[in-house]
Amino acid sequence: MTTVTEAPPLAPAPETKPPRQARKRGRWTPYWLLLPGLLWLVVFFALPVIYQASTSVQTGSLEEGYKVTWHFATYWDALSEYWPQFVRSVLYAASATVLCLLLGYPLAYLIAFRAGRWRNLIMILVIAPFFTSFLIRTLAWKTILADGGPVVDALNTLHVLDVTAWLGWTAGDRVLATPLAVVCGLTYNFLPFMILPLYTSLERIDPRLHEAANDLYAKPSTTFRRVTFPLSMPGVVSGTLLTFIPASGDYINSDLLGSTDTRMVGNVIQSQFLRILDYPTAAALSFILMAAILVIVTLYIRKSGTEDLV
Amino acid sequence: MKTTTDTTAAGNGGDVRLTGISKTYGSFTAVHPLDLTVPQGSFFALLGASGCGKTTTLRMIAGLEEPTAGTVHLGDQDVTALPPYKRPVNTVFQSYALFPHLDIFENVAFGLRRRGIKSVKKQVEEMLELVQLGEQARKKPHQLSGGQQQRVAVARALINHPKVLLLDEPLGALDLKLRRQMQLELKRIQTEVGITFVHVTHDQEEAMTMADTVAVMNAGRVEQLGSPADLYENPRTTFVANFLGTSNFIEAEVDSASGDEIVLKAGGGKLVLPGARNSAPTTTGGKVLLGVRPEKIALTHADDAGGIPAGRNRITGRIADSSFIGVSTQFVVDSPVCSDFEVYVQNVDRDPRLLPGAEVVLHWNPAHTFGLDAAQDIDAGVETVEEEVA
Repeated sequence: MTTVTEAPPLAPAPETKPPRQARKRGRWTPYWLLLPGLLWLVVFFALPVIYQASTSVQTGSLEEGYKVTWHFATYWDALSEYWPQFVRSVLYAASATVLCLLLGYPLAYLIAFRAGRWRNLIMILVIAPFFTSFLIRTLAWKTILADGGPVVDALNTLHVLDVTAWLGWTAGDRVLATPLAVVCGLTYNFLPFMILPLYTSLERIDPRLHEAANDLYAKPSTTFRRVTFPLSMPGVVSGTLLTFIPASGDYINSDLLGSTDTRMVGNVIQSQFLRILDYPTAAALSFILMAAILVIVTLYIRKSGTEDLV
Repeated sequence: MKTTTDTTAAGNGGDVRLTGISKTYGSFTAVHPLDLTVPQGSFFALLGASGCGKTTTLRMIAGLEEPTAGTVHLGDQDVTALPPYKRPVNTVFQSYALFPHLDIFENVAFGLRRRGIKSVKKQVEEMLELVQLGEQARKKPHQLSGGQQQRVAVARALINHPKVLLLDEPLGALDLKLRRQMQLELKRIQTEVGITFVHVTHDQEEAMTMADTVAVMNAGRVEQLGSPADLYENPRTTFVANFLGTSNFIEAEVDSASGDEIVLKAGGGKLVLPGARNSAPTTTGGKVLLGVRPEKIALTHADDAGGIPAGRNRITGRIADSSFIGVSTQFVVDSPVCSDFEVYVQNVDRDPRLLPGAEVVLHWNPAHTFGLDAAQDIDAGVETVEEEVA
């Protein structure tokens, strides 16, 4: 039906060439803008990665020095010895990520749509923990979950610990030094990394889309399932990645809240590097972890189909 | 009013009846208690400037806003307490509110799917044909132009065969040319499907072109309701007279009122007003606002004043300004009774003497005069400069 008659073209526009100087400068601008970030990446990421890669295929000893001998067997040895820690890392990180999503989504939703004038206050409360050190916050959990403390007592009285012990998450009437404590610590420490991207993508959703869905016979629950949640997928994906990736390499939580039975791959790498001083194994473990995370993340992004989202 | 009714459900199934409906936010009253009946099958426009309560009224019909008091009936059903997803009403939103993650087909199918209808393909395709978007079914909303998105929004609402279709400034985001096209298009669709349309707009021309009945709203109240021609010819308030088109007002004094003719005095001259077109009290000596539309007035150079037929209302003045706009010339005339009298003269035989500074006589058929209560603001409803005048 559109028969928009276009205005007749005006006299052909004279070929306007910007002055040579300006064009040349304009062409290089993007590279100049890239330079600082690029330099940073080269010095603090690319070079260390190459250095670690070479370390991982060296042999030798601390006394005699290490030499690159292309000894790839280190990888195999590391994996066969420490695979339980790898599995644990993925399991703990995944559990913490799911918990973060379950805790963070309702909160992010509340902040984005219902908080009104409280929005900024709640946001500050979400970020507030960052004002204290990661270490202190994790140590605080040691007190919270202490044996005989009010939390553990309450859980004991309610027989919650019987259930978690049966599931293998806790041992006896303790919470500290169990997988549950480590996962709780991870969840707590990475929760803001889940909430912030979730909030950002929820906040971008036009509330009129909710009204439109309502108007088109979708009850609130259907509106959430068909409109709100799909549109928040970019936030879900980036939130889960921002939680899962650092959580799977974390060692502080396991160190402070766990036991030798809850050691994650981060703990192994840390002790190989700093205590045993077996640099090749530590480097090889780091690379295996990096590869594992890359594979998991790639599969996850493929599966959630975010490249299709606006 | 048009009567294309009875093509859909029987009788008054699609009537919208608002009874004493009002909406207040804290101390601000968006809509004063309002009674309104929109007959089944009609194209009804709520016209008013922004903030006059027209959109709130529409949203109360949709169920998106809860009325502070009063009831909403659709046909015989009281829907006041029903949430939007249970009302047989659909809305075309101002910004369209298309679902960005769904393609056009799924956007249109949304309502059907939510009502559990399994085979939607045929219906959706037919609806996309109706709005001429069959080719675009698998595109995402952001890949379409504004006009196309607008038609998707209409299709997405219409496919559900609502009893009433609510349109909230649906053409506001389109440019003038496309808006004209969509006005005709919407009118065609409405005639074709026979569903009651309630259309909210601030564009008086749009309301007059499309609607059978227009309700002019101002400050949360309906000022006047009627057919476009009726509102234009017989405004009952200065707001309506100024908001719909342009009006000239002369403050006059009642000289004598005898039956169907009222004689008024203004600036030494006498003007006649038909009694039937007066809505002001007519006690002798009382004030009346005498109104006349710019296009009803003829302009004669003072030298030719002798040739003006008797029995016409006439006033004298001097041309202050004139602008030639093709089909007509718009004059602003400075006269003792009214400082800037607007006169639109068709460019049939142009009198070359009618230039700024020329002494002229303005005259018109008394039947084209209307009378309003002088106790109101003469400038109520005058469009501000940023509103485009076609």
